[in-house]
Amino acid sequence: MNGFARQRYLLDFTVASLMRRPGRNLSLLLVYTLVVFLLASVMLYSQAIKGKAAALLQGAPEIVVQRMEAGRHALMPAAYLERLGRLRGVAEVQGRLWGYYYDPAVAANYTVMAPARDGAAPGQVRIGAGIARVRGLAAGDVFSLRGYDGQPHAYTVAAVLPATSELVSADLMLIAPADFRAFFGLADDVYTDLALSVTNPAEVRQVARKLAERLPDCRPILREEVLRTYESVFDWREGMLLAVLAGAVFAFLIFAWDKATGLSAEERREIGILRAIGWETGDVLRMKLWEGGLISFTAFCLGYGLAHLHVFHAGAPLFAGVMRGWSVLQPHFALTPQVDALQLTTLFLLSVVPYTVVTLVPVWRAATVDPDSIMR
Amino acid sequence: MIELAAVTKTFNAGRPNEYQALRGVDLAIEAGRVTALRGPSGSGKTTLLTLIGCLARPSSGRVRLAGEDISALPERFLAELRLRRFGFVFQRFNLIPGLSALDNILLPAYPLGLPYHELRARADTLMASLEIDHRAATRVDWLSGGEVQRVAIARALINDPPVIIADEPTAHLDSRLSLEFLALLGRLKEAGKTVVIASHDPLVFETGLPDRVADLRDGRIVGVTP
Ligand SMILES: Nc1ncnc2c1ncn2[C@@H]1O[C@H](COP(=O)(O)OP(=O)(O)OP(=O)(O)O)[C@@H](O)[C@H]1O
Ligand SMILES: [Mg+2]
Repeated sequence: MNGFARQRYLLDFTVASLMRRPGRNLSLLLVYTLVVFLLASVMLYSQAIKGKAAALLQGAPEIVVQRMEAGRHALMPAAYLERLGRLRGVAEVQGRLWGYYYDPAVAANYTVMAPARDGAAPGQVRIGAGIARVRGLAAGDVFSLRGYDGQPHAYTVAAVLPATSELVSADLMLIAPADFRAFFGLADDVYTDLALSVTNPAEVRQVARKLAERLPDCRPILREEVLRTYESVFDWREGMLLAVLAGAVFAFLIFAWDKATGLSAEERREIGILRAIGWETGDVLRMKLWEGGLISFTAFCLGYGLAHLHVFHAGAPLFAGVMRGWSVLQPHFALTPQVDALQLTTLFLLSVVPYTVVTLVPVWRAATVDPDSIMR
Repeated sequence: MIELAAVTKTFNAGRPNEYQALRGVDLAIEAGRVTALRGPSGSGKTTLLTLIGCLARPSSGRVRLAGEDISALPERFLAELRLRRFGFVFQRFNLIPGLSALDNILLPAYPLGLPYHELRARADTLMASLEIDHRAATRVDWLSGGEVQRVAIARALINDPPVIIADEPTAHLDSRLSLEFLALLGRLKEAGKTVVIASHDPLVFETGLPDRVADLRDGRIVGVTP
């Protein structure tokens, strides 16, 4: 009880003491909050986006087979479908039709796909939200593009793809297979590549190996490898962002170091007074611990809270560009709010502990000076 | 109450700027009386006060407080003694700027962790008796000189210590405030406190407040009256 009351008094004193220099302490809190906010935003954003991309790729085929010609991706003859269908362990093979289209009108690249199922009816197109935005299209409008032959091809917009999957589908347009062949000038007996699903996911690698033996001019691409590539790309971008941030953090450290370590003569005198009237070194340290903890904890809560709002509710306007690529078709999509305990702890330790410790060092030095110094 | 025997204090011992501020002081301070240390500047008054008030330890010799030898106690215990046994009034009063009068007065009580209502009641009584209760919430920077000294006294008394130590308390006060302050010390003595004061202000001695005067010169006691 006694110890508790004592801590409360120390805390009260700390608050009263902080209130004496509102300008100084508020500016410190502000800069501190900003740094936590930036750090937390990057962490929350990249984690959420990685989770999102992984979730979307879950729907992708387990193996994609591409034919290679002179080391480059070439069209896949339909006959290969037959040769593969008899491979053991393969549940289903499907020829896929997809490609890229550069739209000079808005200087953007679209991904054009013609799925066998759930694509679009002939003469119709379903477009990603990004395309709808830059071209100002809505369902029912006519979307006209210049085909391989230089002739205009017009499609009716059947629907705009739901924004939930926008990260991957913002620049997507879906058309019917026959329209696709007509638009790009492909023969009827070729595909872009093949998508395979396997009976037993654990055998993906064996299947891929057999496949490479049977079709020596083809290369299998595994979904798990794509996932890894995605992750490393995002990691790389996160790293880059963090490197930029490191500058900000460094500046803050200098700032904080200055505020924290440069005990003013005034503070030194105050500590001397407290020591002289009977406070122990420990009391002074505890008081300063409250002070550092109060500032850094407040900054942590504010910074993290703001970062949460920024990333999950405001769509992370600050680094959407960096993290998702500089595509003209900025995907606008809401990330699912999530709080990761490990991440939270890391951030907490990174933001609260160093500052609190750093503030203690000079105080400890000042608090151990002779209590009679104040008499001189 | 407090006894000093063959006490010396050497600053910067072993270094070229070694200085012996006290050179064998014997002094007995009686409880319930006002003892004054008098002497020219540099004679060692403040140094002697720091030893009496457990702010520092002697280089040699013994300091006994109520019969207990405190000359070799670790700092943690000295802090505890300062907290409970001594009230300090410093030369410039050393209040903490920016804090209210009440906050300043409560400072020495915080480490004791008493229940707040008890502490507050004690502070209120003190402030009422010193006629500063209407200034409790005022920042000390805005108090008048007389109010500042009374806040300083209230702070020295908050833990109800038996001994009050004051170093040159009148050095920065005009005659009127000095006399006021000495009158307050007189009231404390009547209330049974032991008062030790260091001063070379003639006013202190003219008022006849000190029961005993110890004259210091060059770190030695050259006379005690009576
Ligand atoms: N920490 C210290 N280091 C070195 N010398 C010191 C220290 N403290 C005091 N002295 C010296 O000890 C001597 C006595 O100092 P002290 O402060 O006790 O004198 P005083 O009688 O209180 O003087 P004053 O009337 O000016 O306050 C002085 O010469 C002073 O310079
Ligand atoms: Mg002095």
